[in-house]
Amino acid sequence: MASRLLWASRAASYLRISVFHRGFSSVIKDLKYADSHEWVKVDGNSATIGITDHAQDHLGDVVYVELPEVGVTVKQGASFGAVESVKATSDVNSPVSGKVVEVNEELSSSPALVNSSPYKDGWIIKVEMDSAGELKKLMDADQYTKFCEEEDSKH
Amino acid sequence: MRGGSLWQLGQSITRRLAQADKKTIARRHFASDAENLKKTALHDFHVANGGKMVPFAGWSMPIQYKDSIMESTLNCRQNGSLFDVSHMCGLSLKGKDCVPFLEKLVIADVAGLAPGTGTLTVFTNENGGAIDDSVITKVKDDHIYLVVNAGCRDKDLAHIEAHMKSFTAKGGDVSWHIHDERSLLALQGPLAAPVLQHLTKDDLSKLYFGEFRILDINGVSCFLTRTGYTGEDGFEISVPSERAVDLAKAILEKSEGKVRLTGLGARDSLRLEAGLCLYGNDMEQHVTPVEAGLTWAIGKRRRAEGGFLGAEKILKQLDEGPPVRRVGFFAGGPPARSHSKVHDEQGNPIGEITSGGFSPCLKKNIAMGYVKSGLHKAGTKVKIEVRGKAYDGNITKMPFVPTKYYKPS
Repeated sequence: MASRLLWASRAASYLRISVFHRGFSSVIKDLKYADSHEWVKVDGNSATIGITDHAQDHLGDVVYVELPEVGVTVKQGASFGAVESVKATSDVNSPVSGKVVEVNEELSSSPALVNSSPYKDGWIIKVEMDSAGELKKLMDADQYTKFCEEEDSKH
Repeated sequence: MRGGSLWQLGQSITRRLAQADKKTIARRHFASDAENLKKTALHDFHVANGGKMVPFAGWSMPIQYKDSIMESTLNCRQNGSLFDVSHMCGLSLKGKDCVPFLEKLVIADVAGLAPGTGTLTVFTNENGGAIDDSVITKVKDDHIYLVVNAGCRDKDLAHIEAHMKSFTAKGGDVSWHIHDERSLLALQGPLAAPVLQHLTKDDLSKLYFGEFRILDINGVSCFLTRTGYTGEDGFEISVPSERAVDLAKAILEKSEGKVRLTGLGARDSLRLEAGLCLYGNDMEQHVTPVEAGLTWAIGKRRRAEGGFLGAEKILKQLDEGPPVRRVGFFAGGPPARSHSKVHDEQGNPIGEITSGGFSPCLKKNIAMGYVKSGLHKAGTKVKIEVRGKAYDGNITKMPFVPTKYYKPS
């Protein structure tokens, strides 16, 4: 269980730093989290989506990222792609509904970016959101941290 | 991020289910599993060393430690790995008739084994299908030592016991002892022999692949088999459970940190790279040893005489050829996992993947599975379906990574 605790402290420290830097910006600028372990960064109508540090840690070495085509529509809570690690396959669900406007082509040649930089270089897609109202269904950083701790304690 | 049948590592460890209802079921299943898990003598040692424990065949086992599965797999081939495989079931059959008894249940020429040697074999059912695969060793003419899969333990023991009852009722002399008092460690990789040599006075250079010896290791009497499940040279060491942690520590110390604790995740990558079957994925009740590519394990005398369960079907397949065969695949795209469909170039279904993943050593996707006979030749081009899309692949020989078993030169 030591590794899990390590993970929790790592994620928490990341999130604290993130909150600190964004302290006075609007809530929309903060990362929001889905219970299926995706994050979304909102900038106006645009949403950048990836999987969380928690997700990449549980998956292990990512060896393949299945990306959607630009232009397809995604639905909140529905799968739009997959992340494959050495052992596991994991669907990636979209935290918001909308149209895919960009995919991270870098991941085709360097899927391990999802491990090394889950919140930055390892982003997966950018979506033009249908409705900012959907963001209310997502967790903020504190809620997500607590959610992960609770989930890990069940193991 | 939840696993369904977690002991089937070839499929998925942490598959996340898209539908919410399935997720709930998976969670319940997970929770009920976690409450009744058995622990090996090394359980606390694993946890103290950063082992991520997961349910596997009713046991709480380390899927990996602090090293990633990729790092562990590479380190095994470069230096060495130490695995706790105490969840597997060690068993001794004793009595002057233990050899003819076992020969009724397996395809191996047990009588033909020299004392102190062993082989991989298959327990068959009446239809010639595989009940389990097992490494068996003839310790002496009246003592067989074997290890069966954790996930098959109950089924195997019930099968052996039922046959033992009728065998002894007819006057046969055989009894068993289940080695629950012992733990099993697997030491694999190029440093396995030099490291283990530090802990025993016996000359390990005289013990070849498949051979067995009872000897003192780290000051305690162990069963040592030069075998493994990685394709590397190495050993499986059956040690009294109260001395198992001591032995694990001694091995790691003597290797000066180069032999690393390695979990079931890397073990699965390693055995896949070595082209070895995982029972439950690559071999099942309905699959014969001939279909599984284990014809070599059917002793010559057994081919002539039969006398094991399902012999009629198996010997017929030897004559006429099996309808399907186990083969290896290379493929592009996402790694194909078990149950991925295999098609020919025209799109006709020809088979199915049974294990697959990314090879840490080859840095590409590898898989094994079954295709129709005739389409099984190395080089045959196929299409492998993953999540509705077809990806180019081709059939290849196994092992994917050359094996390094220690054999007399």
